[in-house]
Amino acid sequence: MTSRAVAPGLFAERDGVPHLIGSACRSCGTTTFPQQDGCPRCTRVDMQPCELPRTGTLWSFTVQAFRPKPPYQGPEEFTPYGVGYVDLGAVLVEARLTESDPEKLRIGAPVELVLEPFRTDSEGTDVVTFAFAPTAPSTD
Amino acid sequence: MDVAIIGIGIHPFGRTDGVSGRQQALHAVREALRDCSLDWSDMQFAVGGSRDGGDADTLVADLGQTGLPFLNVWNGCATGGSALISAVASIQSGASDLGMVIGFDKHPRGPFNADPESMGLGAWYGETGLMLTTQFFGLKAQRYLHDHDLDPAILSTIAAKSFRNGALNPNAWRRTAISEQDIASSTMVSHPLTQYMYCSPGEGAVALVLCRADKARAYTDRAVVLKGVSFRSRRFGSFEVFSPWLSPERGDSPTVEASQAVFELAGVSPQDVDVAQVQDTEAGAELMHMAETGLCKHGEQEGLIRSGATEIGGSLPINTDGGCIANGEPIGASGLRQVYENALQLRGDAGNRQVPGSPQVAFTHVYGAPGISACTILTR
Repeated sequence: MTSRAVAPGLFAERDGVPHLIGSACRSCGTTTFPQQDGCPRCTRVDMQPCELPRTGTLWSFTVQAFRPKPPYQGPEEFTPYGVGYVDLGAVLVEARLTESDPEKLRIGAPVELVLEPFRTDSEGTDVVTFAFAPTAPSTD
Repeated sequence: MDVAIIGIGIHPFGRTDGVSGRQQALHAVREALRDCSLDWSDMQFAVGGSRDGGDADTLVADLGQTGLPFLNVWNGCATGGSALISAVASIQSGASDLGMVIGFDKHPRGPFNADPESMGLGAWYGETGLMLTTQFFGLKAQRYLHDHDLDPAILSTIAAKSFRNGALNPNAWRRTAISEQDIASSTMVSHPLTQYMYCSPGEGAVALVLCRADKARAYTDRAVVLKGVSFRSRRFGSFEVFSPWLSPERGDSPTVEASQAVFELAGVSPQDVDVAQVQDTEAGAELMHMAETGLCKHGEQEGLIRSGATEIGGSLPINTDGGCIANGEPIGASGLRQVYENALQLRGDAGNRQVPGSPQVAFTHVYGAPGISACTILTR
């Protein structure tokens, strides 16, 4: 079984550990995800790629309960998935969550980056995207 | 120079099978002309827009090819507001005295499917299932309830009011009251928002005839004055739909700036507002927009809503026509529907949903992708 990233430049693995690739403005320090050329805060064009922290806390969450219309390309057989913003310090990143039960999700809960196949393309290749997984059981 | 609205027309919102978006627009235009006893040939200019209903300027094939300047406007949920800004500028500049603003739409069933690349986002964002307005509303409401320690049950209370008001509005799509319990237990769409808390893309059309306020009396004794119209895009740090990332530095939503701008233009304060129509693509939006517009403070909403303040007979009636939740959201027409409703309310023509006590100041607000807002103030 082969696999590929859903898009180049979003994430990478180093020593088997995944991280997201953002960009940081050399002028004002603003961090974006994914990478972009211009800074939306100070308007300068001086961004450099940077690795984002792989752990953070859940800033908000919801659950995608129905199969989206295109451009969504996930499997025909739909399984609800969580979606959240994760506070990584310099930036809040929107991502799929491995947990889809709202009762088990909590704002402020610690989460960590994982890579997961979310569909198989027409050539039988697993298409991998990034997601965040809870790192400790939720207590309330 | 003030600008007046002298004629108003609407095609009922909802689903009208067999009637195109353009035909709905024609109906609204003819109703607006009839309302002020004018003809299409009296119009010195027109501005109009639609997302899925066709090009507004092609309406001249049916209305009359009089050679008038006709601007097509497309600006997302602020299409109607942008058309109004353009019309007001044309009149205030002295270029024209009298013209028409038109908004209409007819969307396919189901949620909008946005194209990531047309919005500067990678295809992966849509492919992996992150590009849904419904998701954003859930994420924003979830965080807002948390930040202001609000009871999620208030979302059902808001939607129940929308359906109750819609039941009083002959032009609304959803005209049956639904209990808070049924709203709360309807299908979960994006936690904490259920199916009946959301509006749906739909159909409808609105047309307004505008003229210099000092000439309004020549046409009607029922003019209302458009004291201000504003439009703003997002500032860095605001929490907007279709954002793969947010800054930890929080900025105000465009709603905040568009609202402040329109109150300043009109020379009134939020406390002066007698009736308000605010963007309620879902119940959480009404909750948040009540405060972002300045109509109340953040966190005050729950008490206001539970006390009945936002009901038609309350101290701050909101979405008296049922809002987007009861009318659906034909994007090109939705913002002008709010203005139509406020014009009716100020005239005293809103029938069994009339706000009592002769309202004098009326406010409208829309919000949409990718972080835009347009507001108006109408007075008698």
